[in-house]
Amino acid sequence: MNYIAIKMLMGDTGKYIGIVMGLTFASLIMTQQPAIFTGFIARSYSFITDLGLPDIWVMDTKVQYIDDVKPLQDTELYRVRGISGVEWAMPLYKGTLKARLADGTFQNCNVIGLDDTTLIGSPPVLLEGKLEDLRRSDGIIVDIDGATEKLAKPARVAGGKQIPLKVGDTLELNDKRAIVVGIAKVTRTFQSQPVIYTTYSRAISYAPPERKQLSFVLVKAKQGQDLHKLTQRIRANTGLAAYTRQEFMDLTFWYLMKNTGIPINFGVSVGLGFIVGAAIAGQTFYNFTLDNIRQFGVLKAMGASNWVLLRMILLQALVAGSIGYGMGVGLTALFGFAMRHSILAFKFPWQLLVFSGTGVSVICMFAAFISIIKVIRLEPAIVFKS
Amino acid sequence: MNIAVRCENLTKTYDTGEQKVTALNAVNLTINLGELMMLVGPSGCGKTTLISVIAGILDQDEGLCELFGENLLTMKSKEKLRFRAQQIGFVFQAFNLLPSLNAAENVSVPLIINGVKRDVAKRKAIEVLESVGLEDRWKSFPAQLSGGQQQRVAIARALVHSPRLIVCDEPTSALDHASGHNVMNLLKEVALHKDRALVIVSHDARIFSFADRIAEMDDGHIVNVR
Ligand SMILES: Nc1ncnc2c1ncn2[C@@H]1O[C@H](COP(=O)(O)OP(=O)(O)OP(=O)(O)O)[C@@H](O)[C@H]1O
Ligand SMILES: [Mg+2]
Repeated sequence: MNYIAIKMLMGDTGKYIGIVMGLTFASLIMTQQPAIFTGFIARSYSFITDLGLPDIWVMDTKVQYIDDVKPLQDTELYRVRGISGVEWAMPLYKGTLKARLADGTFQNCNVIGLDDTTLIGSPPVLLEGKLEDLRRSDGIIVDIDGATEKLAKPARVAGGKQIPLKVGDTLELNDKRAIVVGIAKVTRTFQSQPVIYTTYSRAISYAPPERKQLSFVLVKAKQGQDLHKLTQRIRANTGLAAYTRQEFMDLTFWYLMKNTGIPINFGVSVGLGFIVGAAIAGQTFYNFTLDNIRQFGVLKAMGASNWVLLRMILLQALVAGSIGYGMGVGLTALFGFAMRHSILAFKFPWQLLVFSGTGVSVICMFAAFISIIKVIRLEPAIVFKS
Repeated sequence: MNIAVRCENLTKTYDTGEQKVTALNAVNLTINLGELMMLVGPSGCGKTTLISVIAGILDQDEGLCELFGENLLTMKSKEKLRFRAQQIGFVFQAFNLLPSLNAAENVSVPLIINGVKRDVAKRKAIEVLESVGLEDRWKSFPAQLSGGQQQRVAIARALVHSPRLIVCDEPTSALDHASGHNVMNLLKEVALHKDRALVIVSHDARIFSFADRIAEMDDGHIVNVR
């Protein structure tokens, strides 16, 4: 009977494609939209993720998320260094500065200043140049996306291709010269601004003079330290806020969840996709059963039990659902692959597969359920009606 | 025992809410094994209702209907399905073949419902298709066959599991004269034998001559059996 069920399902190519398309659409929306959402969210704390070495971030108590910098006094660094259980503590400058490009226009850049001696907090991947070159005068490292897009030099001919920023090129940061000594690959951040790395002291020299300049203190705990206890100790000793990496990511994540429209926007589109997908797929599948109701009646008259017919319908829903789901997820993966170099955020963790898989299963079960009710109630005597 | 079907005082009323229609009104009828019984009468007189009750796909309100000595009304639904699957073959006016199965697969269906393996069923199906003269068309789908050919496939399907009763509702009325004749010949020559009864509902006076006996119905009654 399984064979008959499959033949029935695929016998009418037009209707079969209709059902599968409905399910494909539903799974596509239920996978692709959350993938973009997850991508966005992950981006919000990508700077923290990229910075693998420190265990604990120390900052002003009023900081709400990673881009919300509230500078500290430089002396705080030494106070943190003095706390027991701290292996090392390094300063980090993080700020937004205007870069003047070759064509005279300005571009806001994310400037990161790293501890002059250790260069802790350096970009995860260097594509060109050496990290030590940052110690050369006016040296900066620019991220590849910034170098090829927002910081690129204008084309030589009008309408031509922009020329990417290269090692050896110069920029002006707040009227001060900066020489590109390296190109880095960094995870795109939320605002998608170019990222410029330099030493802490040079970053401060670029920045407008202010009393407080230190953005974060990065702390490495001594081996075997309980990170929680250490953060408590730092808080108690300095009156500053101290978070483990994960806590800081969570802080940033929840700030964005609570204070931006992003979750609602995505929630709405995922919810709508689910409803539309369920409606389309459920409707086409139910129609399919209705169109075949006479065939089910014939089988029933010939002695097929409700249980057998139920299994046939479940199998049909399962097959259509799996194929639709596979195609939807496949299309999402293709989409993600096509967008891998673009500005669009996209992250496809396995939990998403579970999420959309569950969604499609619910839709199929619902569609199968209403079809099964119809078939179980069916009077086999309809077979004699012409 | 050579009685295939025994109906006593069969009564069936359809209640659609607005009105009640008495389709069968105390019907008495006996059909013997080895017999081709034709059921004739004006439209709406209850012919289809009667064979539906006889075939166990509709329950009567009152009266008795026995098939080979068994009362389907008192059977458990599981036994009833099994009984139907093993003992009854159906032929419909509208053929009712499954459009996405080829001829051999269509003919296999009753065997598969009875738990026969697909390849065994298919071999048997092709054999039976041969007996209705369609051995070279077993791969064809219903849409690729003429009405007469489709009805022959349907007859093969009704025969394949060797049931003891075959019920046919207007098997020739969708066909032209020659095909109808051909179909009736098949039913009489191939389907009928001493251990099996055939009940055929028909309007078509041209095929009355194939019947062993004819039961005339009118307004829910059997008015005459000849
Ligand atoms: N499912 C149903 N619900 C309500 N009334 C019905 C139903 N089926 C049949 N009837 C009514 O019962 C009566 C007998 O119907 P039946 O189909 O048995 O007649 P028939 O002799 O087969 O007619 P025909 O020659 O037109 O096929 C008719 O009046 C019909 O309208
Ligand atoms: Mg009728």
